Amino acid sequence: MAQDDYKVVLDVFEGPLDLLLYLIRKEEVDIYDIPIEKITRQYIEYLDVMRMLDLNIAGEFLVMAATLMMIKSRMLLPVEERVVEDADDEEDPRWDLVRQLVEYKKFKDAAIHLQSLEEMQENIFDRTGEGVDLGPIPDVALQDVSIFDLISAFNDALSKVQQEELKEIFAERFTVGEKIDDLLARMKNASRLCLTDLFKGMRSRHEVVCTFLAVLELMRLKQLLATQDEPYGPIILMTPGLP
Amino acid sequence: MDETIVIPELKQIVGALIFASKEPISIAHMRKVIIGTAEQEGGYTKDFAAVTEDQIKQALEELRTLLKTQHVGIQIREVAHGYRLANDPACGPWLRMLLEKGKANRLSRPALETLAIVAYRQPVVRSEIEAVRGVAVDQILRNLLDMQLVRVLGRSELPGRPWMFGTTQKFLEHFGLKSLNDLPGTEELRRLEAEQLKKKEETKSEQQDLIESEPDNSSLPPHTPEEEMSGVPGEDEDEDEFDEDDDDEAWEDEEDSMDDEDKDKELS
Repeated sequence: MAQDDYKVVLDVFEGPLDLLLYLIRKEEVDIYDIPIEKITRQYIEYLDVMRMLDLNIAGEFLVMAATLMMIKSRMLLPVEERVVEDADDEEDPRWDLVRQLVEYKKFKDAAIHLQSLEEMQENIFDRTGEGVDLGPIPDVALQDVSIFDLISAFNDALSKVQQEELKEIFAERFTVGEKIDDLLARMKNASRLCLTDLFKGMRSRHEVVCTFLAVLELMRLKQLLATQDEPYGPIILMTPGLP
Repeated sequence: MDETIVIPELKQIVGALIFASKEPISIAHMRKVIIGTAEQEGGYTKDFAAVTEDQIKQALEELRTLLKTQHVGIQIREVAHGYRLANDPACGPWLRMLLEKGKANRLSRPALETLAIVAYRQPVVRSEIEAVRGVAVDQILRNLLDMQLVRVLGRSELPGRPWMFGTTQKFLEHFGLKSLNDLPGTEELRRLEAEQLKKKEETKSEQQDLIESEPDNSSLPPHTPEEEMSGVPGEDEDEDEFDEDDDDEAWEDEEDSMDDEDKDKELS
């Protein structure tokens, strides 16, 4: 994608395990019995979207895609024809991955608990009026809403865009910089804006992509805050500073 | 003139001590003060000359329950080095306004996860954190170091002698924890650690022969954590890199010799 005017560089600090756990939760499947075909397909779909957005994704995502395909192919083989590499390799080919996911999940839960402690602690002050304060956080990934929720919303918006008719060729009309200006102007009038409303009425994929990149960039610059009232609920955009 | 002195209860004294103390005050410290007062002042303060730590602790708990049930907006909190007064967290928003604190900075999910792994697994090396998260954590770890939530504990005995990380006092303060044992589910997550250690031991003994045949790195000058953090690949990748370097040189040599031949031809 050519973005001559405004280059958005976004690092993703989530890894492939985060994406897998996200998909497992979203699809409400059993972590001990992952429908590998379905999850692999979705995983690759998300990967494609992230590539389309030019996000800085780690190479580990590609390694995981390969691992998933390998597991998938091994699952297709009848048990007696699987290559047995060592003694305890006869188990379910998904097992190593499941173990890793379950272990990581525990730390994710611990992180959620730390987050609630952090939220409580930021409201506690001692007699001198001192509370805990980290000072400016050097780099923050997108807060409050997971990057995969955003990507999921973006993917939905993209699929709603009608196929562009291939009759005439228009010059590219949208730029990220322009969309940033639009968005800031809209946020001045509305305190809360639903992300899906933002994409309403857009007819080209290019416009959706530019708008979405504008949202991500404004979030990174802390001009915009995204929250959800409930897990998997609609994503609401807000101006930070206003409670 | 005729002021009757009502002898205070122990919990009143404890409350007053916590109120006036600039730093969090410990039970032992309170006892020392109360006994010291009895010796110096005499009179009715002698009533508390034989106070025990258990009695103070009990008075403290009474006071805490009292504050809690009476909803006075104030609580007694146990922190790392004792007790101190603080507001009820529910009243935080008004205090933020009064103290002009603005919106608090919060850590991102990936940062919290990395921090959780460091907290439960410390001392931990970067590769162990990455094994759990399945993705590189060097930048996040660097930020956590900058924020002084994580610190370097020393070097591991693992090959390459990587840095080991642990959490700081500021980490405990930031999350309002008394000690690391206050972390939820500590036992379960530490048990995982024990299992992993066992697994590591096994793989280590397998790799032992490989490691011993490698040149000794200990004579190299020590790295600073920053150097190590700035994307220096792990030990395994190092080997690959060396191979690539060798190939490159060989390739250049070939080119050089070709150039020479060309020159020879030109000359003749």
